[in-house]
Amino acid sequence: MSSPIIHAHHAPQGFIRRWVFSLDHKVIGIQYYFLALFSVLIGMSLSLLMRYHMVHPDAKVAWFAKLWPTAAQGGIMTPELYLSLMTMHGTIMVFFVLTTAPQSGFGNYFLPIQIGAEDMAFPVLNMMSFWTTFLALIVMVSAFFVQGGPPLAGWTGYPPLSAIGPLAGPGEGLGQTLWIVSIAIFCGASLMGAINFIATLIDLRCQGMSLMRLPLTCWTWFVTAILGLLGFAVLLAAGVLLVLDRSAGTSFFIPGGLLVSDQILNHKGGSPLLWQHLFWFFGHPEVYIAILPGMGVTSQVLSTFARKPIFGYRAMVYAILSIGFLGFLVWGHHMFMSGMSPYSAMAFSVLTMAIGVPSAIKTFNWIGTLWGAKIRFTTAMLFALGFVSLFVTGGLSGIFLGQPALDLYFHDTYFVVGHFHMIMGVAAIFGMFAGTFYWFPKMYGRMMNETLGKIHFYVTFVGVYAIFTPMHYLGIAGNPRRYSDFTNFDFLGKLLPVHSFMTQAAYGTAAIQILFFFNLFWSMKYGRKAPINPWNATTLEWTVPSPPPFDNFGGQHPVVNHGPYEYSVPGAPRDFIMQTDPPDVHAE
Amino acid sequence: MPGSITSDIIKPPAPPLGGGFGGGGGGSDGWGASRRASMTGLMVLLAATTMAFAAFTSAFVVRRGISNDWIALPLPRIVWANTAVLLASSLMLELARRSLKSGRRTAFNRYWTAGTVLGALFLLGQAFAWWQLNAAGIFVATNPSSSFFYLLTAAHGLHILGGLTALVYVDVQALRLRLGPGKRTAVDVSAVFWHFVDGLWLFLMVLFLVWG
Repeated sequence: MSSPIIHAHHAPQGFIRRWVFSLDHKVIGIQYYFLALFSVLIGMSLSLLMRYHMVHPDAKVAWFAKLWPTAAQGGIMTPELYLSLMTMHGTIMVFFVLTTAPQSGFGNYFLPIQIGAEDMAFPVLNMMSFWTTFLALIVMVSAFFVQGGPPLAGWTGYPPLSAIGPLAGPGEGLGQTLWIVSIAIFCGASLMGAINFIATLIDLRCQGMSLMRLPLTCWTWFVTAILGLLGFAVLLAAGVLLVLDRSAGTSFFIPGGLLVSDQILNHKGGSPLLWQHLFWFFGHPEVYIAILPGMGVTSQVLSTFARKPIFGYRAMVYAILSIGFLGFLVWGHHMFMSGMSPYSAMAFSVLTMAIGVPSAIKTFNWIGTLWGAKIRFTTAMLFALGFVSLFVTGGLSGIFLGQPALDLYFHDTYFVVGHFHMIMGVAAIFGMFAGTFYWFPKMYGRMMNETLGKIHFYVTFVGVYAIFTPMHYLGIAGNPRRYSDFTNFDFLGKLLPVHSFMTQAAYGTAAIQILFFFNLFWSMKYGRKAPINPWNATTLEWTVPSPPPFDNFGGQHPVVNHGPYEYSVPGAPRDFIMQTDPPDVHAE
Repeated sequence: MPGSITSDIIKPPAPPLGGGFGGGGGGSDGWGASRRASMTGLMVLLAATTMAFAAFTSAFVVRRGISNDWIALPLPRIVWANTAVLLASSLMLELARRSLKSGRRTAFNRYWTAGTVLGALFLLGQAFAWWQLNAAGIFVATNPSSSFFYLLTAAHGLHILGGLTALVYVDVQALRLRLGPGKRTAVDVSAVFWHFVDGLWLFLMVLFLVWG
């Protein structure tokens, strides 16, 4: 690994060094953010195709036939094609959007600034981490263009389907191999990122930045990095075993005597459940990898625009830590259907309920922060409030799914789809929107348009509830998930109008995102010039120019004298005390 | 420090003026911060490696327990010799570090080179173990026990290879008299990593002997 000599105070010259293979954490953060934006466009398009197919399963669409000559012969989507769209939608959204933007995107940009450091601890590793993620995305997307198309096994890649090769269906050949390779590369990238986040937060904090003065965003990025570190290592190990089963003839996950397409397979003795354990040991913490940074942003934004200190800062920190810890003990609640011992199921269920405690602490503290506040309803604030709303809604349905007896009924229905989209998908994305509107002035030196932002918020907020709330009712009515066509079943046919409504809502919600993209790119060039601290916020990023110079603090070394959320302190000259203000600012 | 494994650490900020302000472990103190960050980064890496091998181990134990097709693998005898070689190499590195602490550069070079050569020897020995198994008709897919043996030795071997790269790098720097104070971090980081993969190998041996 050869690396250039780095001068902390001079920005590199030249386009490639500055914008492509940049070592600057801010540029890398933006690169991650745009990688996620690109991915979310793919993921969203796939979901629209799926929603269209569900309500028009027999429609002949000419361009389907052009795009997929074999999988959509005559313009009619095959069930296999539907499954591969579902797999790629889930995989791209979970890995390249929800894991990438909140943590690697915003975290890279703002963690070093918020702790008063000039850069991440290992800039070269940071750059490699981004380009490795980029490579993983290329490999993943290339699965669309190989023979057989993308895999069918879902984002969870359950064997035997994912392990026995082309025999299991189109896409299970090269497509599935590319999927595993991409995930393995992604694991490596996450590991590099985690090393950087953890070392930076522990060792590069500026003078006075004690752990209990860290903004809550930093706490969530830190805990998320730990989760990613421990989780992705296990996923990588599981992926290696899966590759060996696929290509080396081993039988880790493939049971004996398996009859597939009239052929008895040569494998014996493996256990598909072994994969499920390893996968969900990663998979459940992954949920928190997606949502924790959103919680951090929400705390930051709520406190800023409520002009009040965050209610119960220490309790928030301990809640973040205990969510991270408990997140590793509950993977079994994804496997209640697997025939596990009821005693294990009971234990997993109790631990799952236990996560409700720190989650409730966080929610009550957010409400406590808002209580009696003179709230400034900026777009960032609206999205943060939306986050709280979605977090509560999605969390409540989680209580149902955490009961083994209820999960047996709900597990393969749309109830689960509604639940995880609410909490892991949309809530996390609202966290990203809040972060975007909150930090955009710092990142680009211009303000985003608030009117467009608010229209975007209200339509999106109503839209996502319109898409995902009916899914809970469908689930209770017994509508199975993963089916591509409901018209062949009497009881499901009657539910089609609900699906039709959800599809319309999805079109509308997707369409309004154009407004967001327009606002984003338009404001970069034409937005109102942003002052250093447009929100009158307290943390360190608001002490530096917008956008910050290459070494963040222009050669200065910030000294922190205050906690992160000292708003409306009695006796202080302003309604906020910056972290770098002199210690006796409110003594006058 | 072009080419150093720790060279991508940014130039740390100047030492703080005056006393600390209750930074609780925070605060940057000159080169110390970058050295600490390297050590923290290493510990994080080791944690991840531990998790990956913990996952392999749990797969190993579960896979052995759930079916009756497991046939105990006759461990190639050379792995015992390999174990001794690896332990000796760790010992050499430790002696080297002690020499460096007391300023005996020549002794450091000698010990460190010995440790590096022994490390390479271990890798060759592992390759020989594979060759022996192959000759006996035991392949990756022959039995789950052999699958795990090949898998775990390969995964461990990759870590050895990574560690060896670091050892060679330090050795080359040392022999070319370029081991300045800034590279002491490289010495410590690579030595700690090496001891870790050494310990990992002992764990794997126990795994093979007890459950294999």
